[in-house]
Amino acid sequence: MKLIIATIKPFKLEEVREALTDIGVRGMMVTEIKGFGSQSGHTEIYRGAEYAVNFVPKIKLEIAVSAAMADQVVDAITKSARTGKIGDGKIFVLDLQQAMRVRTGETNDDAL
Amino acid sequence: MNSMLKLGLAATLIVLPQIGLAQDADSAPDFDEIGPYIMTTLLFCMAGFLVFFMAAGFAMLEGGLVRSKNVTMQMTKNISLYSLAAIMYWLIGFNLMYPGDGWSIAGWVGPFFSQTVLDPVGVASADADLGYASIGSDFFFQLVFVAATASIVSGALAERIKLWPFLIFVILLTGVMYPISGSWQWGGGWLSEAGFSDFAGSTVVHSVGGWAALAGAIVLGPRLGKYGKDGKVNPIPGSNLALATLGTFILWLGWFGFNGGSQLAMGTVGDVSDVSRIFANTNMAAAAGAVTALILTQLLYKKPDLTMVLNGALAGLVSITAEPLAPTLFGALWIGAIGGVIVVFAVPMLDKFKIDDVVGAIPVHLLAGIWGTIAVVFYGDANIVTQLTGIAAYGVFTFFGSLVLWVIIKAVMGLRVDEETEVGGLDMNELGMEAYPEFSKT
Repeated sequence: MKLIIATIKPFKLEEVREALTDIGVRGMMVTEIKGFGSQSGHTEIYRGAEYAVNFVPKIKLEIAVSAAMADQVVDAITKSARTGKIGDGKIFVLDLQQAMRVRTGETNDDAL
Repeated sequence: MNSMLKLGLAATLIVLPQIGLAQDADSAPDFDEIGPYIMTTLLFCMAGFLVFFMAAGFAMLEGGLVRSKNVTMQMTKNISLYSLAAIMYWLIGFNLMYPGDGWSIAGWVGPFFSQTVLDPVGVASADADLGYASIGSDFFFQLVFVAATASIVSGALAERIKLWPFLIFVILLTGVMYPISGSWQWGGGWLSEAGFSDFAGSTVVHSVGGWAALAGAIVLGPRLGKYGKDGKVNPIPGSNLALATLGTFILWLGWFGFNGGSQLAMGTVGDVSDVSRIFANTNMAAAAGAVTALILTQLLYKKPDLTMVLNGALAGLVSITAEPLAPTLFGALWIGAIGGVIVVFAVPMLDKFKIDDVVGAIPVHLLAGIWGTIAVVFYGDANIVTQLTGIAAYGVFTFFGSLVLWVIIKAVMGLRVDEETEVGGLDMNELGMEAYPEFSKT
C-alpha cells in the first residue's frame, strides 16, 4: 500500500477529485494548508505599505491506495492539477504500513 | 321629517367648528411668527438623529478595520464614549460652549458647572425663543457633534489603549476641551469676532478630534509589530471590510444632518433651499473623494485599495464641512477630490513617522479638516489669514492640551495594555468575551 500526499492549487481541487474518482479512487483526505516552495510567496499592498505574503494557500490531499494503483494516481493528479505556471504543487509517495476500516475491522487492501 | 332633522343636525355640526376656528384665528400667532421656530426645531431634531447615527457609522468602520480579537473592546469604547459625551455635555459642555452673556473670560472661556435646563413642559409661544429653536433640540443637535469628535479619537488609538484611561480622556475632551475651543467660534467668542469661518466644523469638530488623536497616538506608541526594526511597515489588515464599508455609508448618511442641520434655520424659503443645497454639495464632495482615492490607488499600487476609497469618501465629507453651502456642485467636487488626494498620500506618510493610526482618522479628520477650512476662501466669505489663525489656534490648544492630558493619564494609571494582552487580543484579556466566538482562527 502507498500513501500519496499531494499539494495542489486550491482552484484545481474539483478537477483533481473528478480525475481520481474516474480511475476508481474511493476516498481521500483534504486539508486547507499554507506553505511555500519555488513560488516562495509574493507581495501585496495594504494602505500604501507593501508586505510579503510568505505562505501561499494550498490544498493538501492524502490518498491511501494499493501499491498497484499508485502510479496511476500520481499520473491523474499530475495531469489534472497542472497549469504549467509556478506553484502547481508537489506529490510525495510513501510506503503505508497498515490500514484498518473501523466499522468492519477489515485490514490493509480490503480496508482501502 | 326624521331625515330633515338629521340634515339639520349635520349642518349644525359642520358650521359649529368653523365658528370656533374663526374665533381662535384672532388670538393664535400666524405662521410668520411661530413657523420658523417650529421648522428650525424640526430641523435640529431630524438632523440630530442623523448625526446620532454617525456613532453607529464610526463603530462599524472601526469594528471592520480592527482585528477580530479586538472588536468587542472597540464596540465597548464606542457606546461608552457616546454615552459619556451625552452626560458631560449636559453637565458642563453645552453652556460652556454657548455662554450667551455668561462668559467667565470674555470670548475665551464660558461658565463652568452650568447645567443645561430645557424649556418648560408645554412652553407658551410667548416664552419660547421664537427667533431660533427649542433648547431641547438645540442641545441635542450640538451634543451629537461632540460625540463625533470623541469617536475620531477611539479609531486612531484602537487595539492597544486600555478602556478606562481612554474613557477618562473622553470625559475631559467632551466636557471641557471641545466646549472651550468650540465657544471661540460657535459660542460667539474671539474667533467668530475675528471673522473665522467654519460652517459645520471641519476645524471645530473634525480637526479637534484629529489633533486629540494625533497627541494620543504619539504618547501611546504604535501597535506591536506594526513597524519593523529596519523601518519596515507591516500592514495589519482589518477583520471585516463589509462592516467598514457599511460604517462609511452610515457616516455619509449622517453627514447630511451634520452639514444640513448646521444651516441652523429652516423658517424661510431661502433657508430650506439652502439646506437642500448643502445636501447636494455634501454628497458631491464625498463621491469625489471616493472616486479620487479609487483612481489614485489603482495608479499608484496597480490595485484599488478599498480601505483607502472608504477613507477618501470621508475625507471628501470633512473637506466640504467648513463651507458646504456656498460652493457650486463643481466646487464641491474639486474640494472633495483634493480631500481624497490628501488621504492617499497622508496614510503612508504617517507610517513613515511611525504614527500608528488604525483607521486613518488623522489624515481624514485632521488633514482634510485643515484643507476644508482653507478651502472656504474660494467660495465663502473668509480671508486666508483668519482661516489660518483659526486652524493654528485650534491646533495649539487641542494638540498640546491633549498631549498634557495623555501624559498625565499615562503617568497616573498607564495607557497601554501589557504585551501579552495586546498579542492575545483585548477582547478575551480585558473583557473576557469575544465578538465572534464561533469563528475559527487561523
